[in-house]
Amino acid sequence: MDMTGAAYWLPIVWSVLAALAIFIYVVLDGFDLGLGILFLAERDKTYRNVMVQTIAPVWDGNETWMIFGGAALYGVFPNAYATILPALYLPVLIMLFALIMRGVAFEFRSRMHTEQMRDLWDVGFCGGSLVASVMQGIILGTLVSGIHVENNAFVGSGFDWLAPFPLFCGLAVACGYTLLGATWLVWRTESTLQDTMRKWSGILSVVMLVMIAGVSLWTPALHEAYMQNWTEWPRILFVAPVPVAVLGLAALMFMALRGKVSRRIPFFCALGWFFLSFSGLGISIWPYIVPPGMTIWQASAPPSSQGFLLVGALVLIPLILTYTAFAYHVFRGPVNEHSESYH
Amino acid sequence: MGALDPLFLARLQFAFTVGFHIVFPAFSIGLAAFLAVLEGLWLKTGRQVYLDLFRYWLRAFSIVFGMGVVSGLVMSYEFGTNWAQFSQKAGPILGPLLGYEVMTAFFLEAGFLGIMLFGMNKVGRKLHFFATCVVSLGTLISMSWILSSNSWMQTPQGYAIEPGTGRFIPADWWAIVFNPSFPFRLVHMALAAFLCVAFVVGGVGAWHLLRARRAGRAPTEAVKVMFSMAMWMAAIVAPMQILAGDTQGLNTLKYQPAKIAAIEGDWESRSRAPELLFGIPDMEQETTHYKVEIPLMGSLILTHSLDGKVPGLKDYPKDQRAPSPVVFFSFRIMIALGMLMAVLGFYSLWLRWKKRLWTDVLLQRFALIMTPAGFIAMLCGWVTTEVGRQPFTVYGLLRTADSASPVAAGSIATTLVIFVIVYVIVFASGISILLRGFAQEPHVGEVGPDAHAPQRAASMQAAVSSTAAAGNTGKEN
Repeated sequence: MDMTGAAYWLPIVWSVLAALAIFIYVVLDGFDLGLGILFLAERDKTYRNVMVQTIAPVWDGNETWMIFGGAALYGVFPNAYATILPALYLPVLIMLFALIMRGVAFEFRSRMHTEQMRDLWDVGFCGGSLVASVMQGIILGTLVSGIHVENNAFVGSGFDWLAPFPLFCGLAVACGYTLLGATWLVWRTESTLQDTMRKWSGILSVVMLVMIAGVSLWTPALHEAYMQNWTEWPRILFVAPVPVAVLGLAALMFMALRGKVSRRIPFFCALGWFFLSFSGLGISIWPYIVPPGMTIWQASAPPSSQGFLLVGALVLIPLILTYTAFAYHVFRGPVNEHSESYH
Repeated sequence: MGALDPLFLARLQFAFTVGFHIVFPAFSIGLAAFLAVLEGLWLKTGRQVYLDLFRYWLRAFSIVFGMGVVSGLVMSYEFGTNWAQFSQKAGPILGPLLGYEVMTAFFLEAGFLGIMLFGMNKVGRKLHFFATCVVSLGTLISMSWILSSNSWMQTPQGYAIEPGTGRFIPADWWAIVFNPSFPFRLVHMALAAFLCVAFVVGGVGAWHLLRARRAGRAPTEAVKVMFSMAMWMAAIVAPMQILAGDTQGLNTLKYQPAKIAAIEGDWESRSRAPELLFGIPDMEQETTHYKVEIPLMGSLILTHSLDGKVPGLKDYPKDQRAPSPVVFFSFRIMIALGMLMAVLGFYSLWLRWKKRLWTDVLLQRFALIMTPAGFIAMLCGWVTTEVGRQPFTVYGLLRTADSASPVAAGSIATTLVIFVIVYVIVFASGISILLRGFAQEPHVGEVGPDAHAPQRAASMQAAVSSTAAAGNTGKEN
C-alpha cells in the first residue's frame, strides 16, 4: 500500500476520530444510562425526580452521539458497518429497543396521572438503561472476540455473541456505567441523595477495578495478535504505564469519596478508568476494525467519501463540543428537591 | 414471496419503523417553525397570548421531539442490520450525507433543545428566542440532508461504479447532493410538514371552539388566535402544496417514468391519455379493471398539454415494474386529502371575509375531522414515492433483492414482532399524553415544560406558577 496517499492516512485519521466519538458517547451517555440503572435503587420518589432533573436538559444531545456513531461508520467504514450490524443483529436491536423504552420513559413518566403508571415507566427507565448498557458491552465484547467474515460479508451464526467473554464485557460495561451515574450524582446533587451515591460509588469502584483486571487479563488471551500488541517492544511502552495509572486513579477516587472534598473528582476518576480501558482495547485490536480479519483500510469507503466528511468533521465537531459545553454550562450547579423542575 | 422470506420481512420491518419514525420529524419540523413564529410574535408585540400559545405547544414539542430521537436512532443502524449489501455499495455516498445531517442538524437541535424547553428563566428572552430559532433551523437542515439522500436513491447522479466490488464511488458531491429530484422533493416535504402541524393546530383549535359553544361561553383569546393562524396556513400553504406536487410530478415523469405509469395505472403508452379516478390495477393480467376515467386529463395534468405522451407499464420489462395497486391508491388518497385541505382553506377565507371565522360550526367540524389529514397525506405520499421506486433501492441500478443483509428470517421475524409491540406501546402512550394535553384549553398564564415546580417548591415564583397551572397540570410531581 502507498503509505503516503490519502487512501492510507484517511482511514487512520478516521479511526482516531471514530474512537474519539465513541469515547465522547461513553462520557456523555454513560452517566445517564448509569443513572437509569440506579433509578429503582432509590426508593424516595422526590429524589428520583432530582436524579432525572440532572440530565433532563442534556440527554437528547447525549443520545445524538450514538446516532453519529452509526452514521459515521456507515459513511466512513461501510464494510465494517455492513458486517458488524448483521453479525450483532440481535444485540444491536435489543439495545435499540431498550434505548427507545428508556428514552420515552424519561419523557412520559412525569406526565403520568397515576402513581402506578409512573412506577411502570420508572421500571421502563431502569430496565431500558440496564439492558442497553449490557448490550453495548456485549457488542464490544463480541467485536473484540472476532467476527467471522468472508468476502466482506458476515458468515457466522446469529448467536455468536452468546459467549463468556462478550457476556462478561456486558456486565463490566453496565457496572462501569453505573459507577459513572453514581459519581455524576455525587457531583450534581446534595444531602442524603449525595451520601447514598457516595456509598454506591465506593462499592462500584471496587467492582469496576475487578472487572478491569478481568477484561485486561482475558483480552490478550483471545488472539495471538492481541498478545503481541501487548508484549512486543516498543508497544509495551504504551501499555506498561496503564495499570499504574488505573491504580493511581483508584487512590484518588477513594480519597475523594472519603474526604468529601471535591464533588467532581470521583466522576472524572471513573471517566479516567474508562479512558484507559478504552485505549487499552484500541491498542489490542489495532489496526483491525472487525477483528480478526478486516483492517481499517479494508473497511474504508473511498478517499472521496472520507475526505468529504472529514472536512465537515474538522470544522463542525469543535463547534458541536463548544455549544454542548455551553448547554451544560447553562444548567450547571447542584440540583436538589427545591430546584426548578424540568418535568 | 412467502411470509417467512427474509427479504420480505426485512422490507416490512424497515417500512414499519421508518413509517412510524417519519411522523415525528414531520411534526417537529412544522411545530418548531410554529414555535419560533409564536415566540417572535411575542417578543415583537408583547402580547401575552403568543407566550401562552408558545408554552402550550412547547409541551407537545418535548414529547414529539423525544419520540423522533428514539425512533430515528433505530434508523441510523437499520441500514446495516437490514440492508448490509446496500450499505456496502451505497454507503460511500449516502453515509457521508447522513454524517453531515447528524453534524449540522441533530447536534444543533439537541444542543439547543434543553435551553428551548427549560431555559426561559436561565438565559433571558433574546437568547431563548435564538435557541428556538436554532432548533427550528436544525429541523429544516436535517430535512434537507435526508431528502437529498432519499432523492439520490430516486435520481442518482455524480457517481462512478467501482469495478469488481460494484460500489458507488462519489465523483461529484455537488451533483450528488443537488440531484435532479431533490429541490422538488424538499419543497414538497417542507410544505407537507407545515400542513401536518397546521391541521393539528386547527383541529385542536376547532375542538375548543366547539366545546366553548356547547358550554355557552366565549372561547379564550388563545384558542381564537391559534385557530385563525392554522386557517391562514391552510388557505395559503395547501394551494402552494398542490402546485409543488404538480412540479414534482413533472420531475418524476422526466426521471422515473415507470413510477408514473404505476401511479396512473396506465398499461399502454399514449398521448391524449385519460386520468383514472378509480380502477383496480392487475399486475398479472396487465390491465386495470373497473376504470373510471376523465378523458384527456391524464396528459393535461402530467404534461400540461392535451397531446402529451404519458408512459405505460408495458414499456418496461415485468421485473422492472413497481406494484401499481399500492401506489395507485396511496397516490389518490394523498391527492384527495390535498384537495380537501385546499377546500378547507378557501372556505375559511370566505368565512373570514364574512367575519364568521370563529362562529361557523361547519368549518369547526370540518377542521376537527381534518386533524390527521396532513399526516395521512404525507404517509401516502411517502408510500407512493418509495414503493414506486421498487424493485430498486437505487433507481435503475441496485435491486432491493441485492440489498439485503445475511440475517436469518427467524431473527427478523422476532424483532419485527418486538418492534410492533414496543412501537404500539410507545405510540399509544405518546398519543394519549398529547391528546390529554390538547384536551386542556390554552389559557392566560400557560406554563411550559419547565414550570411544573414540585409541590414543596419554596420559591414564590414557583408557587405562583403552580397555582396558575393548577387547573392545567393537575398532579404533576
